[in-house]
Amino acid sequence: MQELKIFHEAIQNPGSVALKMKEKKRKTIGYLCSYAPEELIYAAGFHPMRLFSSKAEINLAESHLQAYCCSLVRGILEDSLSGKLDYLDGTVFPHTCDSIQRLSDIWRIKTKYEFFADVIMPAKLNTQSAKNYMRDVLIKFTTDLEKACGEKITRSALKKSIAKFNLIKTNLKKLYELRSQNPGILKGADIHAIVKGSMIMDRDQLVELLPAIVSKVSDVSALDQGKRLVLSGSICDSPDIYDIIEQAGGVVVGDDLCTGQRWFDGKIPENEEPMEALTTRYFERIVCPAKHSSTIARGENIVKLAKQTEADGVIFIILKFCDPHGFDYPYMKEFLDKEGIKNILIEIDDHSLNSGQLSTRLETFMHMI
Amino acid sequence: MNDKLVEKEKQKITSAKKMRDIMTTYYIDAMSAKENNKLVAWITSGGPVEPLIAMDIIPVYPENHGAMIGSSKMGEDLCMKAEDMGYSNDLCSYARTDISCAIVKGGPIGGLPEPDMLICCNNICGTVLKWYEIQARFFNVPLFIFDTPVCHTEFSPEIAKYVRTQIDEYIAFLEKVTKKSFDHDKMAEVGKISYQGQLLWQKVLNTTANRPSPMTAFDAFFFLALIVTLRGTMIAVDFYKELLLEMKERIKNGISIVPNEKYRLLWDNLPIWYQLKWLSSKFSDHDACLVADTYTSAWCSSLKYIDENDFLNSIAEGYTRIYLNIGVDQMADQVIEMIKFYNIDGFVMHSNRSCKPYSFGQLDIKRIVESKANIPVLMIEADMTDPRAFSQSQVETRIDAFMEIINQGK
Ligand code: SF4
Ligand code: SF4
Ligand code: SF4
Repeated sequence: MQELKIFHEAIQNPGSVALKMKEKKRKTIGYLCSYAPEELIYAAGFHPMRLFSSKAEINLAESHLQAYCCSLVRGILEDSLSGKLDYLDGTVFPHTCDSIQRLSDIWRIKTKYEFFADVIMPAKLNTQSAKNYMRDVLIKFTTDLEKACGEKITRSALKKSIAKFNLIKTNLKKLYELRSQNPGILKGADIHAIVKGSMIMDRDQLVELLPAIVSKVSDVSALDQGKRLVLSGSICDSPDIYDIIEQAGGVVVGDDLCTGQRWFDGKIPENEEPMEALTTRYFERIVCPAKHSSTIARGENIVKLAKQTEADGVIFIILKFCDPHGFDYPYMKEFLDKEGIKNILIEIDDHSLNSGQLSTRLETFMHMI
Repeated sequence: MNDKLVEKEKQKITSAKKMRDIMTTYYIDAMSAKENNKLVAWITSGGPVEPLIAMDIIPVYPENHGAMIGSSKMGEDLCMKAEDMGYSNDLCSYARTDISCAIVKGGPIGGLPEPDMLICCNNICGTVLKWYEIQARFFNVPLFIFDTPVCHTEFSPEIAKYVRTQIDEYIAFLEKVTKKSFDHDKMAEVGKISYQGQLLWQKVLNTTANRPSPMTAFDAFFFLALIVTLRGTMIAVDFYKELLLEMKERIKNGISIVPNEKYRLLWDNLPIWYQLKWLSSKFSDHDACLVADTYTSAWCSSLKYIDENDFLNSIAEGYTRIYLNIGVDQMADQVIEMIKFYNIDGFVMHSNRSCKPYSFGQLDIKRIVESKANIPVLMIEADMTDPRAFSQSQVETRIDAFMEIINQGK
């Protein structure tokens, strides 16, 4: 499929995407977390781009962040300090985990992109006052963006933006559904490229490409089957892992990842007041473990997801040194165990993936389920 | 007694015994809460405790418990028990010890009294949010989250409004759990007492600006327990009054805590609880006194925002703008102020793998301090409760080298 090539190229080289966007008079604003309100950034005339670590060796970041910081945060700081992100015009930091919180400080002090904003979201997402605060924060961010672009973000611009992102996210959702019905229509590494690319590429291009991919794969008839697996964790940005899973005899049928369903689930109602609708979406989305909606929300969600997708097992993929996910793992595991859903934990470090060991562990796991 | 021993006796801080007695009584009271028909709330160290005191609820601090576990060198075992339960050893060791302790009832006091409610204020970190969720599931009790958004650069009007609203929600929560109505007059009184206690604590800490210093940060780590656990009570006020007197007395009589105080150091981050004694004598052997630290001052650093006559309204800002909940650059500014105030010759930073919000950014603070205050900075890698992250020989070598540099610079 030729569309796939475009995605693979884009994720190889986000900088060239940013340069093309500049030609289209859209400056690029980067962010590291799925709580960044990309609809607002886009409506202000910027190009929102999720940042991923290039996984380059840590050198410069060493003198800012100790070795017990997760490789995503260290990796992105390294990229910035070594000039790999010079194509950025700005960055925005939604408040989530402690590591990103401090990265934001270091970034603000050290880096010199034109635009910088903290979007200090509430940590609890289950009270009216927290929702009011979330709205206030989004309004404040709107003002920051307006100052940067020199224009008001009109209601209709925001509505259009929301519709565009809805279209992108609905297509990703469809793609996931099709894959769940018929795993194998796309390789894991291809899906990874599509989802990751959807956070990086020109949104105008995405609204053309994604529906095309969806319609192409809809026609594919049943393909190879394997053990049905759901992934759960923060981000999973190692295409190798998908290959390893497939070689071990598994197929991914759903995920609870920030580079996956946690990011694109939850359509924003288009007939409501846009700011209100936006607030509600970010308030009600499936929570990140750095936030609180109830003490059992994520446990219930993973069980529901595993059942919906008729999964044979769940793979927890957690970045080493990640506090929020590390704390949630034991109870989520317990929820799955209670339902008799097999699961396994793999702890990864972006910089040193031990494929041999991982294959063996995953093969053993596949045999068990 | 020979002269040396007499000298040593004189150097001891006599209030220490009283403090130990107070803490024992406090824990006995907390342990027997059920028999006395009192409710127990677990609360984070930086949380707004005053409404609990006004409601006659006994506050219990898992973090203080963590410190006790660390000091009694029981951290490793309890951490490992948590790891067996699936908690990664990269997670905060206070959380790990508390989570396993709740189940095995271990530690120096056989576990904390069970909570009737949990109060979690995230002004210190995101860890407490997860940790209290875990305990809320385990004990199946109501959890109140007091959400204090981080002030990277400012305490914005949005934050102010949100936090202020939560004070009312907090009170409503307490009324619901206790089925009693909140007594605002009592609250006003408790607020005043809390303010007074914090002011006295600040004064106690300030006495170490004297040369030679009447106490060290190691003593402050110990005396801290009261301002954490009994903030808002007269017990804390009375005790700190006495302690302050003792310090003033020591200053008057020229009694120093380090016999030949030559160098004055500042400490950053949590104490290394299981190595306090060793570290203290290590520095003392070098004629160095750790006169102050960024940790114990956190319990009075936001005093400037608090109005004792309008306590409830002003604590929104007071509890939000504490040391760990501000930007790294502002933290560095505070460190530099302390360096000036206490006349510091060297800065010792504990890079604490348990505590990410305290430790990430330290390397930047280090550089700011080196360039602006022009003093040497030492960074020690450790963990406050889990001794597996500490290498004594390595730290010893580094302290020796550091003291050599300070000595040469003098
Ligand atoms: S896990 Fe949390 S911090 Fe990480 S990307 Fe997702 S929402 Fe953001
Ligand atoms: S992986 Fe974990 S620690 Fe790292 S940025 Fe995401 S939530 Fe934070
Ligand atoms: S040590 Fe740090 S991470 Fe642990 S509870 Fe205290 S502030 Fe939070």
